[in-house]
Amino acid sequence: MSRSAAPQTDWTPDQPIIALKDVRKSFGHLEVLKGIDLHVMKGEVICIIGPSGSGKSTLIRTINGLTPVTAGSVKVEGQEVHDDKLDKLALRRKIGIVFQQYNLFPHRTVLQNVMMAPVLVLHENKREVEERARSLLAKVQLSGKEDAYPAQLSGGQQQRVAIARSLCMRPDVMLFDEVTAALDPEMVKEVLVTIKELAAEGMTCVLVTHEMGFAREVCDRVYFTDAGLIVESGPPKQVFGDPQDARTKEFLSKVL
Amino acid sequence: MIAPFFERLNKTAGLNFSPFYDAYDWGRLLEGMWISVELIACIIAVSLVIGVVGAGAQTSKSRVIRFLIAAYIEIFRNTPPIVQLLFFYFGLGAITPQVDMGGWYEPIIGSFGWAVIAIGIFGGSYNVEIFRSGIEAVPSTTTEAAESLGFSNFKIFVYITLPLAFRFCLPALTNNIISLAKTASLAYVIAVPEITYTLSSIWSDNVNVPEMMILLFAYYIILVAMIAKGMHLLEKRLALPGYGQ
Ligand SMILES: Nc1ncnc2c1ncn2[C@@H]1O[C@H](COP(=O)(O)OP(=O)(O)OP(=O)(O)O)[C@@H](O)[C@H]1O
Ligand SMILES: [Mg+2]
Repeated sequence: MSRSAAPQTDWTPDQPIIALKDVRKSFGHLEVLKGIDLHVMKGEVICIIGPSGSGKSTLIRTINGLTPVTAGSVKVEGQEVHDDKLDKLALRRKIGIVFQQYNLFPHRTVLQNVMMAPVLVLHENKREVEERARSLLAKVQLSGKEDAYPAQLSGGQQQRVAIARSLCMRPDVMLFDEVTAALDPEMVKEVLVTIKELAAEGMTCVLVTHEMGFAREVCDRVYFTDAGLIVESGPPKQVFGDPQDARTKEFLSKVL
Repeated sequence: MIAPFFERLNKTAGLNFSPFYDAYDWGRLLEGMWISVELIACIIAVSLVIGVVGAGAQTSKSRVIRFLIAAYIEIFRNTPPIVQLLFFYFGLGAITPQVDMGGWYEPIIGSFGWAVIAIGIFGGSYNVEIFRSGIEAVPSTTTEAAESLGFSNFKIFVYITLPLAFRFCLPALTNNIISLAKTASLAYVIAVPEITYTLSSIWSDNVNVPEMMILLFAYYIILVAMIAKGMHLLEKRLALPGYGQ
């Protein structure tokens, strides 16, 4: 195993694996995140819902350091993400992210897409990685597609490759940013099934989603964001069944 | 054999294709063709390296580096390649050190070397722009995915950006490579014994300028057709299955 020693923190698994405190983000004069507090425990599945432009993507991208924050703190396993001294690689092997547009590497086959990062970034044994990649592809129902190129697959298939690609890094946390939003309805289900399986296996997941039925069924907690703030959060039963805030009520009445 | 035919052609029609029946001229022609191909290959290689490195450096955070590259592109794209060649050969050539060849001295870089450097740098200035446009065509979402998987900036460039950019800019690159192959004939003016130079010495020996000009045209037409074919095959080979359909 080529796993390097974890950086020294006093984090223990009974503390939040992800902890955001008063996170703010501005693009120029536009303040997109206006003080977000959010925490996720190991094994939890949380959903972030909210109107378009409310900052959901920005929020999820601050968790793996893709978008730098303007102020506040983002900690993953006790480690400050937005710290210049942070070992980015150590962070990114812990966190997988899947995007709306799949973003596969179009010049590599499905199998190569899944294998690339562990081999090139973690310098793991190629045979071991291939074995793991094949079994992950089988798990997302893509056996037989190993040698296909991304553009030869349907959107739903590509998205499942993207999930397998992230999982092959053996992350502790998975982030999903509207991963079904670009898919035809019949493909949405196959991707959601994959995520549901992951959640059931105990993977810590943060999902931005417009699939309210799915959120209700799978999530431990729901966060509702509006205009850069978390307006309401709680178990799905409560947020969907008995929303407290007027903005939540209005949003839910539109989408449900 | 073709030799008797061309000998007869010379005697009866007065068309003197001396390399096809005269062993000495034949040897000179082959040598000229070989050096021409070598020269073109070296020039293309140099221009490609400059293109990749320059385009990569252009994404640098350092303003100084970006300015230097922009200046390089401006200078070499906006001046005639023959002026550049003469500048390198006579300007820089005069101040480069000489090496002792056991009795006599030779410049450390000969005319072949200067032709490769000068025309390579000229072609590189176009390649930087070509690669840059290719790099810009690579979606940032794709490189972001690599970044999220822990790829370093260097690995992103080598494994993701460059292979995709190369495919995107292949048609423009083909044009520039063909143009460079033709520009390589300028090496004639600094006496690199490539095809143009060789044929000109043959025609001054035999006074058969029109015939040798025909040969020269034929040589370039065939060469350019071969390069175009080769690049087309490369394009086909690198095509991304299912992409853009
Ligand atoms: N890189 C950027 N530069 C400038 N503005 C940005 C940038 N990224 C996002 N924004 C702005 O920030 C706001 C929030 O964007 P974000 O993508 O986080 O919203 P979202 O909640 O994910 O929306 P959607 O549901 O449509 O995906 C928008 O107004 C957007 O225009
Ligand atoms: Mg979004």
